[in-house]
Amino acid sequence: MDLVTPDIGLIFWTTLSFLILLFILGKFAWKPILNSVNDRETSILKALKEAENAREEMKNLTANNERILKDARIEREAMIKEARDIKVKMISDAKEEAKITADAIISQAQEAIKNEKKSAMADLKSQMASLSIEIAEKVVKEELSNKDKQLKLVEDMLNDSTLN
Amino acid sequence: MGTINYNHIKKLILGLFFVFAFSSLIAQEHQEETIKVEEFNITEMIMHHIGDSHNFHILDWNGHPLSISLPIILWTDNGLVTFMSNEFHHDEKGTVVVEKGNQRFTLFHGKIYYANDTKNSNGEYITLDYENHPKNLKVIDLSITKNVFSMFLSIIVLIILFLAAARSYKKSNNNMPSGIAKFIEPIIIFIRDEVAIPNIGEHKYRKYMPFLLTIFFFIWLNNIFGLIPFFPFSSNLSGNIGFTFTLALLTFIITTVVAKKNYWKHIFWMPGLPVPMKIFLAPIEFIGMFVKPIALMIRLFANITAGHVIVLSLISLIFILKTVWISPASVIFTVFISVIEILVVAIQAYIFTMLSALYFGQALEEEH
Repeated sequence: MDLVTPDIGLIFWTTLSFLILLFILGKFAWKPILNSVNDRETSILKALKEAENAREEMKNLTANNERILKDARIEREAMIKEARDIKVKMISDAKEEAKITADAIISQAQEAIKNEKKSAMADLKSQMASLSIEIAEKVVKEELSNKDKQLKLVEDMLNDSTLN
Repeated sequence: MGTINYNHIKKLILGLFFVFAFSSLIAQEHQEETIKVEEFNITEMIMHHIGDSHNFHILDWNGHPLSISLPIILWTDNGLVTFMSNEFHHDEKGTVVVEKGNQRFTLFHGKIYYANDTKNSNGEYITLDYENHPKNLKVIDLSITKNVFSMFLSIIVLIILFLAAARSYKKSNNNMPSGIAKFIEPIIIFIRDEVAIPNIGEHKYRKYMPFLLTIFFFIWLNNIFGLIPFFPFSSNLSGNIGFTFTLALLTFIITTVVAKKNYWKHIFWMPGLPVPMKIFLAPIEFIGMFVKPIALMIRLFANITAGHVIVLSLISLIFILKTVWISPASVIFTVFISVIEILVVAIQAYIFTMLSALYFGQALEEEH
């Protein structure tokens, strides 16, 4: 019976001790420990969330970078194409222009040559005419000084004319 | 594979037990003829060991008990009286009287009584009734007994441990535990996540954490102290009904004080039932209100006391069978039971905490 009869002394001391223990541990142990654990857990959760966000951002960034790269590539290709077109056009333009200029120069030259030729021919003709007259004068003078020769000339001329 | 190995071990232990038991029986037959052994009262020995005491017995040396004298504090008709327990000269049979002021006290089977003026035929200053219970008046005894001493020791250990743990958090700049806190923190988290939150609820559990943690570690440490068989431990504090009564009473008081309307409704006017059933259930639920903490009290008391009784009984086998040949079996079984007890003391502390949390949760439940 002693075993199951609570002792008033032990009840008194247990109550007192437990309440003191509860107070001391509650104030100086459980509160700081639980707060620390909670703080740590929240900070871990926060860090995890931040990491998740960072990963998401990273993904976005990569996607962005790829997009930018793609855009740049397209732009570059367009630029190259444009440049090629311009080059082709410039060359053809230049060719055209050169051809026109050359043609103009050639025609000018031909014109000048023609003119020169004409004037040269005219000059030549006038000179030949005067020379021919001089020669004819001299020959006539010579030939007509001798009777025999005059006759012979006439005869030669006649011969020639028959041959023709 | 594990179960096969376990069965082998079990068979081996059983076999050893029977061999020892049998051989001891034979040995006993021989001994009884030659040696007369002093009568050994096992019940008295066990009751003495699991009970409380006014002095802390350490060991016997050359037939003289070596013990530490503890202060005796008595609340008498004439106020407080204090003296050391060695004034009783280790007497527990009421044959020594201590006189303080004009009051006389004597110690009879662990209890202090007002002593008679003259001794009876057995040399006791006690008048016994026909059932051998003293008729003398009992003193209100607030002594620092062995159990109280053990409790103070556990409180000092708890305070040192947990304040050190709390300090280690303050020292670290990122709230990381170090040292003893590394060991304690998982247990605290366990109490929080497996006991407090599921039973009390996410929003209200914080207020009850200090109580649950304190009661868990207080019971656990005292259980462990009880398992250690030498000074300054070895007292059966958590197997004492007074101790478990106080803790269960605290749980009961908190449950009753914090209880919401819904809790009382479930006791006196169970919702969702026909009126006759409500009337029928009300007294049952009302009794249940008290049965819960009483069950809490008895469970811890009985489990821890039973553990002590088993260990003491196994050791006593040597004295009951009056042979040393049984001692290997005694020792093996004592070790076996002690290992189980290590588990049991933790489980009992956990169950007490768990059920306290459950009762708080029931008391706090809102109408749904």
